[in-house]
Amino acid sequence: MSANSQPKSIVKLVASLLATGVGMFAFAVFVMPPIYDVFCDITGLNGKTEGRYSATEATPVDEKRTVKVQFIAKNNETMPWQFQPVTSEIRVHPGEPTLVSYYAKNPTQADMVGQAIPSLVPFAATRYFHKTECFCFNSQPLAAGEEAELVLQFIVDPELPEHINTLTLAYTVFDITGTAEPRLEVSTSAGQ
Amino acid sequence: MAHGPAPGIGRWLFTTNHKDIGTLYLWFSFLMFFIGGIFALVIRAELFEPGLQIVEPEFFNQMTTMHGLIMVFGAVMPAFVGLANWMIPIMIGAPDMALPRMNNWSFWILPFAFSILLSTLFMEGGAPNFGWTFYAPLSTTYAPPSVTYFIFAVHIMGASSIMGAINIIATILNMRAPGMTMMKMPLFVWTWLITAYLLIAVMPVLAGVVTMMLMDIHFGTSFFDAAGGGDPVLFQHVFWFFGHPEVYIMILPAFGIVSAIIPTFARKPLFGYSSMVYATASIAFLSFIVWAHHMFTVGIPLAGELFFMYATMLIAVPTGVKVFNWVTTMFKGSLSFETPMLFSVAFVILFTIGGLSGLMLAIAPADFQYHDTYFVVAHFHYVLVPGAIFSITAGVYYWLPKWCGKMYNERMGKTHFWMAFAGLNLTFFPMHFVGLAGMPRRIPDYSLQFADFNMIASCGAFLFGAAQVLFLFNVIRTIKSSKKATDEVWENPEGLEWTLASPAPYHSFSTPPEIR
Amino acid sequence: MLANVKQSIKTFFIAAPACLLSYSTLAQETVTDRWGVNMPVGVTPVSREIHGLHMDIFWWCVGIGVVVFGVMFYTMIAHRKSRGAKASNFHESTALEILWTIIPFAILIVMAVPATSSLIKIYDTEEADVDIVITGYQWKWKYEYLGKDVSFFSNLSTPNAEIYNQAEKNPNYLLEVDEPLVIPTHKKVRFLITANDVIHAWWVPDLAVKKDAIPGFINESWTYVEEPGIYRGQCAELCGKDHGFMPVVVVAMAENDYNQWLGERQAMAAKMKELTEKNFSFDELMELGQTVYNTNCAACHQPNGQGVPPTFPAIAGSAVATGAIAGHMDMVVHGSKKNPAMQAFGEQLSEAQLAAVITYQRNSFGNNMGDSLQPIDVLKYKESN
Repeated sequence: MSANSQPKSIVKLVASLLATGVGMFAFAVFVMPPIYDVFCDITGLNGKTEGRYSATEATPVDEKRTVKVQFIAKNNETMPWQFQPVTSEIRVHPGEPTLVSYYAKNPTQADMVGQAIPSLVPFAATRYFHKTECFCFNSQPLAAGEEAELVLQFIVDPELPEHINTLTLAYTVFDITGTAEPRLEVSTSAGQ
Repeated sequence: MAHGPAPGIGRWLFTTNHKDIGTLYLWFSFLMFFIGGIFALVIRAELFEPGLQIVEPEFFNQMTTMHGLIMVFGAVMPAFVGLANWMIPIMIGAPDMALPRMNNWSFWILPFAFSILLSTLFMEGGAPNFGWTFYAPLSTTYAPPSVTYFIFAVHIMGASSIMGAINIIATILNMRAPGMTMMKMPLFVWTWLITAYLLIAVMPVLAGVVTMMLMDIHFGTSFFDAAGGGDPVLFQHVFWFFGHPEVYIMILPAFGIVSAIIPTFARKPLFGYSSMVYATASIAFLSFIVWAHHMFTVGIPLAGELFFMYATMLIAVPTGVKVFNWVTTMFKGSLSFETPMLFSVAFVILFTIGGLSGLMLAIAPADFQYHDTYFVVAHFHYVLVPGAIFSITAGVYYWLPKWCGKMYNERMGKTHFWMAFAGLNLTFFPMHFVGLAGMPRRIPDYSLQFADFNMIASCGAFLFGAAQVLFLFNVIRTIKSSKKATDEVWENPEGLEWTLASPAPYHSFSTPPEIR
Repeated sequence: MLANVKQSIKTFFIAAPACLLSYSTLAQETVTDRWGVNMPVGVTPVSREIHGLHMDIFWWCVGIGVVVFGVMFYTMIAHRKSRGAKASNFHESTALEILWTIIPFAILIVMAVPATSSLIKIYDTEEADVDIVITGYQWKWKYEYLGKDVSFFSNLSTPNAEIYNQAEKNPNYLLEVDEPLVIPTHKKVRFLITANDVIHAWWVPDLAVKKDAIPGFINESWTYVEEPGIYRGQCAELCGKDHGFMPVVVVAMAENDYNQWLGERQAMAAKMKELTEKNFSFDELMELGQTVYNTNCAACHQPNGQGVPPTFPAIAGSAVATGAIAGHMDMVVHGSKKNPAMQAFGEQLSEAQLAAVITYQRNSFGNNMGDSLQPIDVLKYKESN
């Protein structure tokens, strides 16, 4: 039973333990972040909204129900842009496509790129808030002094649970100038 | 029989002897315990009264961070590994650890890891100042430059722990003496086996999380940065997926130690051995599904909040079983209270208090009030100081005569115990009060209504520190003393280690012992 | 016209401290009395429910403790070897193991039921009457009343002299701010919580609201305060150097008072906007500048501009205040890069206040630069830097 008589089994055991260790490392770095994203999508954790929504067929409009949608704009620390919703609050019927916009201005003397990150509360409603068009799908390059109207089109799903009547959507705009070089080139050349 | 230790410093540098390496681990952790303790005393001195007197807030944050890191990774974990190195082979009748050369390695990289970590204190921008939980983005975008060294140090200590854990599992599974079946192993071996599996499962996750930090800081990824599509909350999930099992890594071996000591001084076998094993295993399992209870205020959907609340409350069941078993082991025994027993009894009482406040913290709505206050500080210090530190101390007093063949001074041991016991309660009990009354943790200064309790806590901390100096003195005196210990040391203690001579010979169980 | 402006400036600077003063007298009675060794009961239905849960679980714990420690202490006294106790040899009992698995389990279920119902209630943020966006900054809070055009920063107002033990500490030491959050009583107030830089946590014990503020994401919570009063809390997530110095103060007032306050704030915001767009005379700037100086600068740089070197340098004759005006603006707007004691005032003061205080500093305490700034200059400077 002692080790010396069974060196093979030790080697096997140690190899499998080492493999577990390496596996757990890979799990943490490569598996947990994507799993977390899926988890967020399902539960609406952190109010992460879904990507572009393409309806297979037109959703029926529920005229009897009205949902209040509020809009908030925030700047992250180093972001000097003026950024605000044009309408801060609207009432919509579930199922009807609605167009709203945000105003953004780059008041600095440098060309900059911003990225808006959406966050929606209550978390339970994120699965029922569909964006068919959103400036948050791309980064936003603004030249020095340039201003822009950023468009968002959305549909509130008629399946939205009965007890939810208010949705609050916040966009935080981050300064990603310099960190997003490739994207910047693509979008500026497309824009000009 | 085989030869003794090599002469000089080479003995320690190149040793592959489990007893030598165990000794190295223990002394190293003792040193770290004092360094971490000094950091704690800086914190307590600043918090002695309201206002900023001794350190600036920036340095205060470095102290809380370093205190946590050093105590967790430098003091408690190496001490348990040291005890495992010393005791596991002689408890299961093995001649040495399964992988002696790796054993040498896993110890000798530790001093490097902690030299790097401590050297950050002298770097431009200071040491890590983001708490031992190092939440992003405070630890990434907003971190001092020394964070890279911190990450490197964490990687090294992680590698050391994983190697240590592999060695322990290999030893326990392959090196047991004939007849030493799994269910005959002492509980200390069992709890360490489970702990080692926990280590292998979660230390790589810690390595993963610091690697992701490193990538975010230096290589432009955005795991934890919302601007690039990442999420700072992801950090907390990954960290606590490591962090909660880590908490049990620091307590399960302690269960094993007191399960060895209490029967000896109750002169009665351990009550419910198999239920102890199952309880330990279920605690280890539950530790993987409760991590988000550290994040109740982070904004988790209702269903998730409820799940983590229920799962956390469940932990109380197996933990309760253990406490009841220890109490029943003492019941109708023939009790005597030598120093190891004093520390073990204090462990059961104070750990239970810490466990009960843990049960309170599990109630998610109430946790909205407790979270990140001194109530939490009181809770985890009640679990860790009497839990880990007292059990290690008890273990040292219990096995020291076996290690060096001399008897420690009982009166000094008892003085050490009563000073530490009083110091601990004076320090941490008032923290429950200030926490409930609204004092957040990790603040260098506080408002006036917390002043009295903080002053008491600071006095208690210095008393506790003084007690540990006495401990060091007692250990050194024992080693140098001429008062021989008997082979059995105690009255009919159970376990193979007591069948060896005192001090335990350099090479033991070269031929496997007979198991009854 | 001039008189009008002066009047509005005066009301702004006199009204604000006067309000604060009246709150703080109220505070002395409430805060110190109520904060003892236990969790505050609080002033909202939710806080009372949480307090109830806390006490229930506490008494269960005490009960368990009494039983376990009771048996233990009995054993330690009765079954001592020194008293001649002989050890029994029992070491197993499946019945006992099952019993002490089931009893704690039952207690847990008894606790889980009310906890679940409270949690569901806390998560229901629907039908709020007032929405307030709370943003955590290193190291202050910003409050925005959604759809009301009112927003302001809330800074610690405890003077440095008290923190560094040069002056006696007042009863609300570290729990006082320049501008508290004002909310109406008997209304459901919803908080939308986020952060600008690192993670913070907004906490007021009496409201039993604690929620992490996470940069890029929004969290929500709500309260329904039933008693007018002042409720104090702090940031509850380590957020860097001054984590301990960013308190939260909430003033709850009856609906009428709240509406009046809100109306005043809206008028003030409109006024300040107007002020920014107009030109000030040198005398107006100096007058406004002196008021701003005394509230924001004098604590460190002293009313006579002599400072307390080396941490708080003198303004009289300083290189900054007698140097290029752009450098002076940079110092006041962005703070000092070398000396953390000099904070950035760019976001805390309006353009008009910044222009006035800079003009004042350049032309007082013996400084005689003769130049001045207009609010629009500061606005342009802020936008281009």
